Amino acid sequence: MHHETFPPGTPLPGGFPLTRLSVVAGTGHDDPALQREAWDALIRAYWKPVYKYIRMKWHADPDAAADLTQAFFADAIDAGFLRRFDPSRARFRTYLRVCLHGFVANARKAAGRQKRGGGYRILSLDFAAAEGELHRVLGTEHDPERYFRTESIRSLLGLAVSALREDCRDRGRETHFALFERYDLAETGVSPRPTYQQLADSLGLTVTQVTNQLATVRREFRRLLLEQLRAISGSESEFRAEAIELLGVDPDDVAL
Amino acid sequence: MWLSDGTVAHLRAVADMPDSAGTRYRILEPVGRGGMGVVYRAEDAALDREVALKVLRTPEVQPDLAARMLDEARILARLEHPGIVPVYDAGTLPDGRVYCAMKLVRGRRLDEIVTPDTPLTERLRIFRRVCEPVAFAHAHGVVHRDLKPANIMVGEFGEVLVMDWGVAKQPARADTPHGSPAHTATAGTLHGTRLGTPGWMAPEQERGDVDAMDARTDVYALGRILRFLLDIGRAAPRPLRAICERALSSDPATRYDDAEQLGRDVDRYLAGAAVDAYRERVWERAARLYARHRTAVLLVLSYLLMRILFIAFG
Repeated sequence: MHHETFPPGTPLPGGFPLTRLSVVAGTGHDDPALQREAWDALIRAYWKPVYKYIRMKWHADPDAAADLTQAFFADAIDAGFLRRFDPSRARFRTYLRVCLHGFVANARKAAGRQKRGGGYRILSLDFAAAEGELHRVLGTEHDPERYFRTESIRSLLGLAVSALREDCRDRGRETHFALFERYDLAETGVSPRPTYQQLADSLGLTVTQVTNQLATVRREFRRLLLEQLRAISGSESEFRAEAIELLGVDPDDVAL
Repeated sequence: MWLSDGTVAHLRAVADMPDSAGTRYRILEPVGRGGMGVVYRAEDAALDREVALKVLRTPEVQPDLAARMLDEARILARLEHPGIVPVYDAGTLPDGRVYCAMKLVRGRRLDEIVTPDTPLTERLRIFRRVCEPVAFAHAHGVVHRDLKPANIMVGEFGEVLVMDWGVAKQPARADTPHGSPAHTATAGTLHGTRLGTPGWMAPEQERGDVDAMDARTDVYALGRILRFLLDIGRAAPRPLRAICERALSSDPATRYDDAEQLGRDVDRYLAGAAVDAYRERVWERAARLYARHRTAVLLVLSYLLMRILFIAFG
């Protein structure tokens, strides 16, 4: 695996302590503890896209897809095939998907291989929740590759929101997160986004406080999102390209 | 945590939205997207007016573009011309992104406004107005390097503005050693780097030959724009096609020297005079002179006819 260094001091998610390597590079680190934390962070970011991709691409039933997902990451850790990742040839997400294709093909040839766990404790994964999410798009999404990308982005944003919640709690900024939750995480399909005045009334703030706190929390969200992205990117150039794609949404297509 | 498609789209937009808290600007809505960043309609609270706020997309991923955007702001600040968007302010937002506040242009892009029904003379007058600010820039040693219909705005009252000077080449500074990259080009423009838009770039620009890029590089792009304007309507007259061919010569030495020279040749055509780019035949010259002086010619012919009739029957 090619280890590309990031600028010193680059923070990584989930408490991952390395400051010079991405978690992708960290999965090949000599220190087992660091390696373990890198895998945890990587699996957190990709297990849902992998599970849903297996369900959609190979029409595996939920139990088989869950087994394959666990086994895929266990095999990645045991066999270390991610170490062969070359950032000059492909983006990490693409490489992961290609590895998954090979893994599923082999697993299907050798029945029983799905049971491999390698003794490594995979994170507790909520497959039932992932299944529920998958059912929201079944029948409307027919392109597994596009869906894998969409789900990777959704997973990344979900991790950034979780990191923001922790960050706000640690800093005593619960009101900031409450504003973010009520305004930016609001399901507008159900009811319209609240006005700043409504937010101010419900949280006992002034409109100016709402404006300023929302700006602050959004700034933190952006920082954490880019940190998460940087951590799961295979190289600095991949991070740049992914960041531009992630944030380069067409304003005409987005209701702001 | 499950995020719906709508929330995902909103969060991506939120993360992309510049943080202008504490500044004089209040972001209203995105109005355009370019290679370097996003242009927003914003309210300038200090002067109570709307401005265009061009904001670099992400400082974390485009540190080289921050310098280029500030370069663009400095170039625009020096080029005060009605056909060049004035820059009001430049700086860094609280989130670290470089911004540039400019006049909010209300109009449509050249490629959106010209149709096959637009008369040829009107298309040429628009082209002439495109040449004016570019000629002004050339006179100040600045080369735009990304001229194309999408970078030309036509305002509500027919005013023409040349936009997006982000990859412009600046003149050498007196304190810069001759031959250094800064002497010959905008910061970040290294030899071999292709800046511009494929399809509108001169051959030397396609090659990334920074040293060879000068006002004639823009002349080539203007030639492309002229051809674009001519191709929209019926077949263009030969002198206009010749102007295009000269501007589009692959050898910069045989092109017009700058936008001013090109614009003057178009002026000659509009005035019914002979153009530099085309050696006309005798009959073409006669036809052109007739068209230009039709009233005088008809008066003379009428007079001569009357004289002949008077002599014959008088």
